[in-house]
Order: sequence, then C-alpha cells, then structure tokens
Amino acid sequence: MSEQKHLVEVRNLKKYFPIKSGMMNKTVLKAVDDVSFTIDEGETLGLVGESGCGKTTVGRTLLHLYTPTAGEVYFDGKQVTEKNIGEFRKDMQIVFQDPYSSLNPRMTVADIIGEPLDIHKLYANKQERADKINELLTLVGLNSEHANRYAHEFSGGQRQRIGIARALAVNPRFIVCDEPVSALDVSIQAQIINTFEDLQQKLGIAYLFIAHDLLVVQHMSRRIAVMYLGRVVEIGPARDIINSPIHPYSESLISAIPMPDPETARHKNRIILEGDVPSPLRMPKGCPFRTRCRYATKECEESRPALREISPGRFVACHHR
Amino acid sequence: MSETPLLQVKNLHTSFFTDAGEVKAVNGISYNLDAGRVLGIVGESGSGKSVSAYSIMRILTDTGRVTEGEVLFKGENILNYTPQQMQKFRGSRISMIFQDPMTCLNPTFTIGSQLKEAIRIHTNRTKEEIEARAVEMLQLVGVNEPERRLRQYPHEHSGGMRQRVMIAMALACEPDILIADEPTTALDVTIQAQILELMQSLQKKMGMAIIMITHDLGVIADMCDEIIVMYGGKVCERGTADEIFYNPRHEYTKGLIRSIPRISEKHEKLVPIGGSPVDLLNLPKGCAFAARCDHAMKICLEQPPEEVEVNDCHIAACWNNVRRMMEEQKGGEEA
Repeated sequence: MSEQKHLVEVRNLKKYFPIKSGMMNKTVLKAVDDVSFTIDEGETLGLVGESGCGKTTVGRTLLHLYTPTAGEVYFDGKQVTEKNIGEFRKDMQIVFQDPYSSLNPRMTVADIIGEPLDIHKLYANKQERADKINELLTLVGLNSEHANRYAHEFSGGQRQRIGIARALAVNPRFIVCDEPVSALDVSIQAQIINTFEDLQQKLGIAYLFIAHDLLVVQHMSRRIAVMYLGRVVEIGPARDIINSPIHPYSESLISAIPMPDPETARHKNRIILEGDVPSPLRMPKGCPFRTRCRYATKECEESRPALREISPGRFVACHHR
Repeated sequence: MSETPLLQVKNLHTSFFTDAGEVKAVNGISYNLDAGRVLGIVGESGSGKSVSAYSIMRILTDTGRVTEGEVLFKGENILNYTPQQMQKFRGSRISMIFQDPMTCLNPTFTIGSQLKEAIRIHTNRTKEEIEARAVEMLQLVGVNEPERRLRQYPHEHSGGMRQRVMIAMALACEPDILIADEPTTALDVTIQAQILELMQSLQKKMGMAIIMITHDLGVIADMCDEIIVMYGGKVCERGTADEIFYNPRHEYTKGLIRSIPRISEKHEKLVPIGGSPVDLLNLPKGCAFAARCDHAMKICLEQPPEEVEVNDCHIAACWNNVRRMMEEQKGGEEA
C-alpha cells in the first residue's frame, strides 16, 4: 500500500468471540478475520456482504466499541488503542441501523443531541448549547420546534435524522454508518441518502458505509469492499466492482441484485449460488467461499488465498483470478 | 376478455377499529387476476398492500373488518363463505406465504408433521401417499435429503430453507393462486435470488397465478407481468410492468422510481419524495398523496382522483394524468 497518509487505516483487524458449546467445549467465532483497508479524508468506503459476514463487527471493532482481538487501527496517522480511544471519540462517530432502539425513549431530542456536547464540553453557556442543538437540527433537515419532543413522536426517517445530528454534534471527521437506511421505506431512504451526501460535501466527512443493499452502496461510495465470512474478498473502485466484479463471490452477489428495470431483468444472467453461507463456527478450510464457488479446485481447499493487488487500487483474494 | 377472471377484487374496503378510531387501511381497491399470471402489488409500509391480501384470505386480526366490496373467486363471492368453507378454501384454492418463515412455522413440530398436515386437511390420501407427496414437494422446492429434513424442526433450517418449506406447504395442494407477502425481504441477496428463481420455475411448472406483495421495485420488475402501485389504501396506478416503469402516470409512481439508486456511469443525485406517509386515521378529503406531491393542484386537495384508462393495459388515478390526457386530446384535435 502507498505511503500516502490516510485518514483511517485498518491493519489486520481481527475480532474473535468466544462461544460456549456444551460443558467443556469452547470454540471461537471468527467474526472478523484479518481485515485491512484505508479510508481517505472526505471519502466513502462501502462495505457490503450478507448477514453474518462480519461487516457490522468491523465497524464496531474499528471504533473500539468491541475490543479488537488483534490488529491495529490508525486515525490520522496516530494509533488508536484501548487507552487513548477517548481522544478519538470526537473525531470518529457512528450512526446505527435501527432508529427505534438507538435513541433513548426517556430523553428529549435536545438532550439526545446535547449529550455529546455535554461530554466533550463544547459550549460555554446554556444559550450556546441551545443554539448548537438548533443548528444541528437544521443541518439534518429538522427544525428547532422538534427539540423538546421525545423520540417516539417521530417517524423512522426523522429518527434517523436525530441519530445523524447526534453523531455530528462533536464535529467528527469520520462516521461509521451501519446500515443507516435499511429500516426505512424507499422514498424516505432517498431523503436520508441525500442528507448523508450533502453533509459530506459541506463538512468533508469520511464515511464507512455498511449496507447489504448494493444499489445503495454503489450510489454512495467511491470504493467498495466485499466481505464474506469475516474476510474481505475484493476491494476496489465502486464502478469497477459493480461493472466487472472479479472475485466469484462478488460476481454472483452483483448478478443477484434485483434490478428495478423490467428490460434489464429480462436479459439478466443471474448466477445462482448453491446452498447457504456456512456457519462461521465451522469455517471451511482454505478459501472460505469454496463450498459455494463454481470455480473451486483442489488448491482452494488447501490454502487460503491472500488479498492480491490485481490492478492499481484493486485487490482480490482468489486463487483463480 | 369475455371469460371471468380467476380472481376479481371489487371496491374492497378494510378498516381496523382501534381505540384511537377507525384506521382505513384499504379504501376501495379493484383488480382482476387471470389464471397463470404474476401480479405485483408494490407500496410502502402502511399502503394497505398486505391488508388487502389478508382481506382476501380472511385472516385479519379481530379488530379488522372488510367494510365494503366483493372478492370473487371464479365468480363466487368468498367473503360470504362460512368459516368452515373458508378453511377448506384456504390452502387448496388460494394459499399464502409470509415474510418471516420462522414465525410461520410452529417451532414445536417437525417440518414433516406441518407439511403433512396441510396435505391431510385438503385431500383424502392414505398415510403413505401423504408421506410420498411431502417428500415430492420438498424435492420440488430444492430441499436436499427430503426424508431426513421431514424429521427436523424449523430451527434446524436456515432462513432460505424455511422459506422453501413454506412454499412447499403452500403449493402441496396445487392452489390456483399463491399470495406471497414480502417472501424474500428477510433473506440475503443471494438467497433471495434462489427463492425468486424457484418461484418462477414453479410458476411455469404448475401454472398457478401469483400475487407478489413487496416494497422492492427490483423484485417486482424481476417477477411480475402486471403491477399495482398502492398508496394510502388506494390503487394509484395499475398496468403492465413496462407501462409502470417506462410510462408512469401517477406522481407517486414517478417519485418512487426516481428515488431508487441505479447503476449508472454518472453520479446522479436521488430525488426523494418529501414529507412522510399519510395518516390512515385522518385520510385527506382529496388525493391521499396530494400533501407530498410537487404537482398537486387545487382539485387534488378537494376531490379524490378516479381511475382513468391510459391505454388498454394501464390505469392511473391522478388528476395530473387527467390534465395531461386532456391536453393531449386537445393538441390532437387542433392538429
């Protein structure tokens, strides 16, 4: 990888969860296994994959919401550790998927958004605090009248805006967006996507945009990383990955997107994958994808393919590509 | 067409009587479904798409009631059926699959006993025949090792497998219509592709009609011959897939299509629909969508639009469409 300074750099990140099965048996669930990527200032990296592939765990481990099992995270060139994570909380924020459970029902909107301001002491007096809250509400498309209401009085889309305002309160330079639009209706989804884009343009925030909806991810991101069973199998420029995926898994994932266009749907060649994703507790030996891969050979069974640079900025983990 | 359609829904109204008042979930929808066709019903949450299907199956909750309208199956109004008649009817003539296959399967019974129950109720086969049919159905929906699977419990299956079992159960008695309520929403993309492919191939093989209810325009475009777009319990627009996607006439449909991200070379900004969904407790006097519509006119606020025929295979209920058609007609006369 180049020596250029990245805003966020993740090196060989691992997160294993211990699982108790039976009396004596202890196994580990390798939710994230050796993941590396970088995100530049003001850039969006999309992270896609199916449920259980570890994409949410990547986001949370990166922010030290989960303690990493191994690996390093750098922010703006400085290493983020368990001890100094407090210093970085102001710069790195998160927006959660479920706008219903991620807002405290007993707090008013003003208190929800005000809490990060309180913690980081970002105001001099009460008036300044109130002004800041109003400013944030306006920024995300709500208004000052909303400040004294409770979360349950809002629709899903509005709640997600409150969640975004809370993340923005501390002027972060980087936000992990964990499936922020998947609980919303299509028409509301577009409103929130546009809000994210406007904020990025205005404030130059970088996003790690985690989602399972590829159409949304390709719309939002400059680069995309595809995950399968805890590992990144392909990473590269969004357009290249969507138009010409190289890894067999990305290939079938992209061919499986139902296109909202009858003409395309009629001429589409869907690559249907056999079977289900294996349980991460019984990870196949070698390449994790080989049990469903149509190109799998003996080699895939024996050794695990490493992420190789195929063209500038394009990395693929496959023996046959 | 002179033949009676397989299913005719006529001016169906369904309300829920809650403590807060009457929630008008479905407000006069009508459509026909011919044998062997795939009809898609698309809309956002609260548009009444699922409730309209529950009304047909008569599986509404206690507070819900069909207040007006008819549902004719081969010319017979099934809303007049007795509960006993209805029980015979469900599963054998029309069956239904749901979004979440986990909550639809009883976790305390094996897959086999649930699947065989469905067959036993509607046919008078012997025990061996029922067993054979159950195995055959599982094979048909692509479940491997069907004999072993029959003895397993729902929790031993993945989401995709469970949805296959639900489909097997629904199709075991060869119904004329399969209603699929968001059948793939809870599934991952690659599993969704498997299930859609399966439904398409079974539809070809068995020739049943499908009513596909979903919020996903991609799934609709993939599967359906005809599409109904619903908003606020009403039909906005109805037409063939091509008409709806390439010649939308209702402002809501246009908005929906503009608001989904597409794969394109240039980064195009999405055009969302402003505002939030209509309150079913206080439906407006005029068009339900008027409050969110950029092109709303005075009449939209005062009078609900009527369904107008755009062409043989396309109907829209939008005053803007009426205006457009009048202008086109006028233009045509002048020329």
